[in-house]
This record gives sequence, C-alpha cells and structure tokens, in this order.
Amino acid sequence: MPKVLMIHPDRCTGCQNCELACSFSHETQFRPTATRVHVYTWDREGFSVPMMCQQCDSASCVKVCPSGALHRTKGTTLVEYSREKCIGCRMCTIACPFGSAVYDSVTESILKCDTCGGDPACVQFCPSQALEFVEDSISTRSRKSVLAGKFKSAFEGA
Amino acid sequence: MNGWSGTILRVNLTTGAVTKQATDMKDAALYIGARGLGDKLYIDEVDPKVDPLSPDNKIVFAPGPFSGTFAPSGGRYHVVTKGPLTDAIAGSNSGGSFGPELHYAGYDALIVEGKAAGPVYLWINDDVVEIRDASKIWGQWVPDTTDSIRAETDAEAKVACIGPAGEKQVLFAAIMNEMNRAAGRSGVGAVMGSKNLKAIAVVGTKPIKVADPKAFKDAVLVGRKLVKEHPVGGAGLKAYGTDVLVNILNQVGALPAYNFQDGYFPTADKVGGESLTANTLVRAKGCFSCVISCGRVSKVKNPKYAGEGEGPEYEAAWSMGPDCGIDNLEAVSKCNYLCNEMGMDPITLGSTIACAMDMFQAGILTTKDTDGLDLSFGNVDTLVELTRKIGLREGLGNKLALGSYRFANSYGHPEFSMTVKKQEMPAYDPRGVQGIGLQYATCNRGGCHVKGYTIAVEVLGCGAKLDPHATAEKPFWVKLFQDLTAAIDASGGCIFGTFGMGGENFAAMLTALTGVTYTPEDYLKAGERIWNLERMFNLEAGLTMKDDQLPERLTKNPIKTGPSKGQVSHVPEMLPEYYQLRGWDEKGVPTKERLEQLQLA
Repeated sequence: MPKVLMIHPDRCTGCQNCELACSFSHETQFRPTATRVHVYTWDREGFSVPMMCQQCDSASCVKVCPSGALHRTKGTTLVEYSREKCIGCRMCTIACPFGSAVYDSVTESILKCDTCGGDPACVQFCPSQALEFVEDSISTRSRKSVLAGKFKSAFEGA
Repeated sequence: MNGWSGTILRVNLTTGAVTKQATDMKDAALYIGARGLGDKLYIDEVDPKVDPLSPDNKIVFAPGPFSGTFAPSGGRYHVVTKGPLTDAIAGSNSGGSFGPELHYAGYDALIVEGKAAGPVYLWINDDVVEIRDASKIWGQWVPDTTDSIRAETDAEAKVACIGPAGEKQVLFAAIMNEMNRAAGRSGVGAVMGSKNLKAIAVVGTKPIKVADPKAFKDAVLVGRKLVKEHPVGGAGLKAYGTDVLVNILNQVGALPAYNFQDGYFPTADKVGGESLTANTLVRAKGCFSCVISCGRVSKVKNPKYAGEGEGPEYEAAWSMGPDCGIDNLEAVSKCNYLCNEMGMDPITLGSTIACAMDMFQAGILTTKDTDGLDLSFGNVDTLVELTRKIGLREGLGNKLALGSYRFANSYGHPEFSMTVKKQEMPAYDPRGVQGIGLQYATCNRGGCHVKGYTIAVEVLGCGAKLDPHATAEKPFWVKLFQDLTAAIDASGGCIFGTFGMGGENFAAMLTALTGVTYTPEDYLKAGERIWNLERMFNLEAGLTMKDDQLPERLTKNPIKTGPSKGQVSHVPEMLPEYYQLRGWDEKGVPTKERLEQLQLA
C-alpha cells in the first residue's frame, strides 16, 4: 500500500526538528535553506504548521517541467526529481501552488520532498508525531477517531 | 570549521562601526560557546567596575555550537553583560529560534558596545549588518515591536527586543525573542535600553557543519531516547509545564509564601500546572530543536484578566502567586502576559511586589507611599495594577522598578528584600531544601535556581535521591550542578536535557559536532573554568564573601507551617566546604593552583 506524509498541525510544537533532520539527511550539515520542509509559526497565537510537498497525483510541477526532470514513475506516489535532467528553468517553483518546490542556489537544484527514499527523516525526528508516514488509506484514521470519540461521549452522556 | 561558525560580529553604536573578527579557536575549545565564550569575550574587554548602564558597558549575544543543530533541545543563546540589578556578571539564557538564526548568519557571538544617539535596531542578514533607525518603534510593546521590525526587514526574521521596561531601564527588564521567550534575569534588557538598542533582527542562511556526522547523529539519537524515557523530560514537562512544580514543592514544604514568611501555602494547587492544564492551556510548545515541549501556550478568557501568550512558568506562578499570598491563576497569568509584553523578569517583579506587601503589612509603607493602593498580601487587583505601573515606571512602580533590595533599602529596611547579590531568589525555599540555598548564595549572577538546579536530586529524585533537609554532601552536588550547567549553557543546550542526559551525552555530541575531543571530565572542567572566570570578574567588580549570603530571615526565622516546619537554612555551615571543593581560600578567592589547573592563571 502506498504511503503518504501526513501532517497533524494540532500536534506540532513548532520545534523545527523536522527541518533540521531534513537538511542533515540530505547534506550532513544544518543549512536552513537546504530543508524541504518548512515550519510556519504564528508567535502571537503560538501555532505552528509544517509544510512540504504532498506528491500531488496531478502535479503542476510535473506538467510544467519541460525536461522531464520532475516526473512520476508509474505505480508510485512519489513525484521524483532528476538533477541531471533539470535545466534550472524554475518553472516548477512558479507552478506549485503550495510553494513546495524551491530553487536552491547553493546546490543549483530544485529542492522538494523525496520522502528520503521511503523513510523520511523528518518523521523519525518529530518528537510529537505531528508528521507521520502512513498508508494513504488510513492516513486520516486518527482524525476520524477523535470525532468518533465525540459521538461516543455524546451517546454515553445521553 | 565544524560546530563553530568562526566569526565574531562587533557593532559599536557610538561610532556606527560594524566589524568582524575571527573566533579564537583556542578560546572556543576552552570555553565552548554561548555562556562560556561570551563570558571570555566580555571579561577580556570590559572593566569589572564599569557602570552597567553606561556606554562603557558591553553586551554579548552568543549561540553555542549546538544552536542550529538537532542536538536535543540545543537551540539556546546566552546574553552576557554586567547586570544593573546585581552589579555582578549577568548571564541570561533563552530558547526560541533567535540563537540558531544568529549562528546560521555566521556568528559565534555578537558584541554590542557604546551607545546610539537615538533609538536604533540592528538588522543582520548573513554578512550584511545595518544599524537602523527605531525612533518610530520606540515605545512599542514586545509583540508590536516584533511585528514592526519584521515588516521592515523580513517576515520570518527572528527578533530579540526590549519592551517599555527595557527602554525605561527597569533594573530587571528582560530581552524577549519570538515574543514569548526571554533572556529574563539580572536586567539585561535595561542594558539594551541604556544603549538605545530596541531590537536585533536576524536572518541567517549559512550551514553549521558537523565533524563526524554519523557519530553526531548516533549521539543525538541516544540523547533523545534518554530524554524521552525520562518521567520528567519525556512526559511530565509536556503534560503540565514547569508549573507542575507548585504542588511538588508545596508537598515538601519548600514553597515560599508571603515573601518567605512561610514555606507552605495551603491553596497553592490553584496556581499549579494541573490547574493550568485544566483551565488556561491551549497547547504545548517547544523551542528550536526541542524534544521536551515544556512551553505553555495559554489563554485567559475572563474579561477582567483577558489575555493570551505563554506561561506562566513555575517560578512566575510562584512569585506572583503564593509569594504575594495569591492563588488566582487568571490574575497571575495576566501579569505573566504583561511581563512578556513589556519585557520584564516575572520572578523579580513578583518578589519585589511581595517585598512591598510585606513592608505594608509591617507598617513601613502606608497608602501614602503606594499611590493609595492597598498592598495587603493577597490583593489580586493590586498585583495587576503594580505590574503595569512597574513596566511603565509610573508612581510607586518607578521605585519598585529598582528591585526589592534598592526599594527596601531606600526605606532603611533591606532585611525585607529576599535577595542574594540584590537579585530575588526564586521559588524553592532554602530552609526546606538545603542545597538550593547554597546555590542561591554562591551563584555568580545572584539569587538563581537554574545555574545549579539541585532540586533535581533533592526533590525530584533524578540521578540521586537526597534528603532535602540534610546538608551532608550538598556542597559537592551544588558544585557539580554549577559546573555541568555552565558547560551545557556554553554548548547552547537546555538544562532540561539533563532530565535524561548526563555530562557524557553532552560531551559525546559536542565532540562529534566540533571535532574537538571532550571527555566527560573535560566537559565538566570547561564548566568549572567558566564558573571561576565569572567568579574572578565578580571579585574584581568588588564583590566579596559577604555577598555569598542568604537574607537573615532564612537562617534565623524557621518555616512556620507545613512539612518543613521548624527548618532554617544552613548555608553558613555549608559554605566553607563549598569553598574548599572549589579550590578557593577561606574568603572565597580562587587559589592560584586551581586557576592554573583550569588554564585561567
């Protein structure tokens, strides 16, 4: 069963361990602009959300890529990137509505989530399970169960 | 260059000069970074007798090697200066993201010197450093300041700033970063204010490199596992925040009440972490690279005390709660929000108000002195009103802004001030927990718990379980905690990491990160080196062994009620052994031999 990176903003503590793990697993150093996941924090409300490529089925970045550098291999859920094929036109960075494809001038390449080949470092390092790598059909199960719990208390209270 | 960035940034606000110098790698190895390297840079350059609020004083902001890496909870920075509250070395430590960002910008430390002609802020964008006009931002509170500066620089800039308290040089003004994180104690915010420096905004994009990536990752994973499996580090702090300590300390009879008239407060649980979680908690929050998440995002809806932000921490809930005879969590939370928004240390603020309430009870202060306010213990409305007045230095608040020692002394009654080196002691009664009293007495920055947190072994049973009322072995533990904490502070780590990790774990991470080998013994020795460097500065500033004392109330007046009833502090009996363990003479002066051993001579 294909897996997806599921984001649970309600569990995020804003610690950015995901960003650190991402940069480190790709470059063995900590470079803030090397990370493929970004945590956005509203300081006044103390609310944080990690954002990253969601590997769209119908991906604008793939559609707009003129060289086939961004592509999907049949039967996978991953939008893959081939550095050798990339001409650096940055069209994908314009096309992605989520801002999740970024051109990095240090490595002269497009940075987007590659799920670390199926074992995402961000998930391993998230201390609060705000990021999970789960089979897509059950990825929303925890959310459903919270709501189911509300039914349970409503009926038990009645 | 691994771990360290290799550059020190210097900004002279008098001349406007911005210069850079290479980090001295010998000093970096000896003093690590943050508190250690910051101390070394500061002490090498500044006359210990300097007036803290004069242009001749300097202020150093320094991340540690861990800051910006995924060392567990290792994203902190340290502010070093001479404290206007204490007239001693001041070191205030803060989490959030500011320290890592400064490190990513390429700096092991920022030294600010001189005084700007008018309000300014610093804008650091990697190599580009500008001193910018802040005259339109001056006067704004911390959240608005942060927003204003982000609007002028970068929406994601990390901003450390002062609020009105720092501008008006309240002697316990804090430096706030990311709005709610504080370099809180000893008045470092007033030093920024004295320099007309409203804020520092940073965006950094440079890498922090790792000497041995595999060994570093392995050491980090071991450390994370140890913290996660620890009952305090792994579960307790996230569930209840530091405020969980209210009930724990009350249960051992070491929760000071009514300005330390007592050590037990019957209704303390109303301001404790369990009540906070049940009533005002929105969610848990973590600093940069944190695996613990002790931060409390909280909200009070009651219109009378409405507000939102973070906290309170245990020590704030205590100082503005039981120490003032108050058990109203909503009012305490409101005052905590005000402290964050105006940029003040809530520990000294609450304790200073408690001192004034004590003097009011004794008849030394009357309503003629208090702008007509009723300063009776337990008066919640007075607490909130005084918090605001202190932050803005209005009326009575203008006098209380000097802290309890100067306030009480101005009425000829310094004995009402519960301070060491003129800084207010926090929330652990030294009569009920003996070792922490010795830490208060000997801490280089005055009354402080975090720089030698023996509560871990005296109350919480972490690593060892000691009798809190006993004095035996306490000098040993105080020294050990002080040295280890200094090394952790210098690394950019959080002392809460010790709820799981030991010196060997920190040393292993630092070794793999920097490529400089630190055995656990080397690591502790670096901490001891830092401690002695600070001590020497204080002695040259004019402090003596007379400043290693607790207020007489704690050695003469026993706790009246609760589990520690009848206890007094035995600091005077423990002090000689502590000096001896430190390799200091009978007057508390480091011996030449010890300084040589520590490469300080």
